[in-house]
Amino acid sequence: MTTAPISAHPAISVRGVSKRFGQTEVLHGIDLDIPQGQVTCVIGPSGSGKSTLLRCMAFLEEATEGTILINGEPLGFSQAMGAARVRLSPERIRAVRANIGMCFQQFNLWPHMTALGNVSEALKTARGVPKAQAEERAMAQLRKVGLEDRAGHYPSQLSGGQQQRVAIARALACEPKIMLFDEPTSSLDPELTGEVLKVMRDLAADGMTMVVVSHEIGFAASVANRITFLDEGKLLLHGTPAEVFGKPRHPRLDQFLDTYLDRGAAMLV
Amino acid sequence: MIIDFTHIIEQLPELVRSMGVTLAIWLVGTAGALVLGFFVALGLRFGSRLVRWLLYFYVELIRGTPFLVQLFLLYYGGPFIGIALDPIPAGLLGVTVYGAAYFSEIFRAGFDAIPRGHVEAAQCLGLSRMQIIFRIEVPEMTMLVLPPAVNMTVILLKETAVLSIITVPELTFLMQAIGSQQYAFVEAMAVLACFYWAMVSITGRIGKAFEQKLSKFTFAHT
Repeated sequence: MTTAPISAHPAISVRGVSKRFGQTEVLHGIDLDIPQGQVTCVIGPSGSGKSTLLRCMAFLEEATEGTILINGEPLGFSQAMGAARVRLSPERIRAVRANIGMCFQQFNLWPHMTALGNVSEALKTARGVPKAQAEERAMAQLRKVGLEDRAGHYPSQLSGGQQQRVAIARALACEPKIMLFDEPTSSLDPELTGEVLKVMRDLAADGMTMVVVSHEIGFAASVANRITFLDEGKLLLHGTPAEVFGKPRHPRLDQFLDTYLDRGAAMLV
Repeated sequence: MIIDFTHIIEQLPELVRSMGVTLAIWLVGTAGALVLGFFVALGLRFGSRLVRWLLYFYVELIRGTPFLVQLFLLYYGGPFIGIALDPIPAGLLGVTVYGAAYFSEIFRAGFDAIPRGHVEAAQCLGLSRMQIIFRIEVPEMTMLVLPPAVNMTVILLKETAVLSIITVPELTFLMQAIGSQQYAFVEAMAVLACFYWAMVSITGRIGKAFEQKLSKFTFAHT
């Protein structure tokens, strides 16, 4: 065998990642491994850098220092021991990024395309799949998120929850190995949050590697295999929900969870 | 003094012909301005630093000087640098170059209004830069700019009146001639105003219908 099996690597390895916007440092030397086939929830107060960390994992933000490996392959920059970081070619970046599917807080569906158009677009353009085949595969993804009957609707004709499910189907259509979720339910009301979380639960049950930045502490506690707690750009805690949420609890986390008491996290306290 | 339209009605064939000239210059000039303006906007957004600087200079120059002056320079100054054009081609070129500067600004604003996330989603899905421009950004920009673009189209119709000063035989040129020859200035200008107003109203209606047709593509509320 010439190559190690993929599972030999963590799905994502974050190595010494720092991110500065001008003078403000939003991430300080983050080291983190995301295990294969598991759900990792990233929690923390607003401004703690959790979205920035996730966006670095999708190479939507470039880390100021450090490297990120996707299934052992460097994303964006590679760095040999003790040497300077080298920027990789756009083709290389795109190839590694093809492993990743991303879902955004604002859904970011393209308003001029139907649900089916949104889901099949990347297959048709980026992957060169023939139209009929691409639409068939897109339809299968829409079925998976329960929106087959909305295939011909435009985003403006869909509820927020439906839009986010289409966005999940769009990301899944390219068969990513890792799904990143950036506060996927933060712009939805509670009723619509449920339908999106259900799709994410199903995805987790299928064994998808997922990294979820979320304020849904209940979801984190019940679905996640790993919890990562960020505070002021530093990784404060990382472990199983039992380790992180169990007592004795880190005082900073305790303080953070207190703000959730009124929002369904009572069961944890 | 008596208001009397007979002198104008007598010239009906001339009137119809010059209306045709006005409409043709307007439609062809607007089409040219849309196409040129689109490429200027693309150049301003995606071009190299030199291209951007040159296009920026062009847009600022056109927007910073009166259309009347630009036409004078083109028609009477052109021959000095080897551009000797007949009135109609000169007028057409003038409308195109003038309109394109404004359209490019409208398109630029449209590009700027596209939510950053729509492009990021496309990047994450592996679309190339060209695919993102032509599959995502251009269609979204087109929807966003429809109202201001219709407005600019209407302005260009009215600006064609200025072409009379370089003797383009369009409607304003004819009406000025009739008005001064027949001492019927008020009548001539009244007819002229009605014509422009009618055309602007029709254009506005068409634009509205277009907008309504495209309304389902508008940005989803999030």
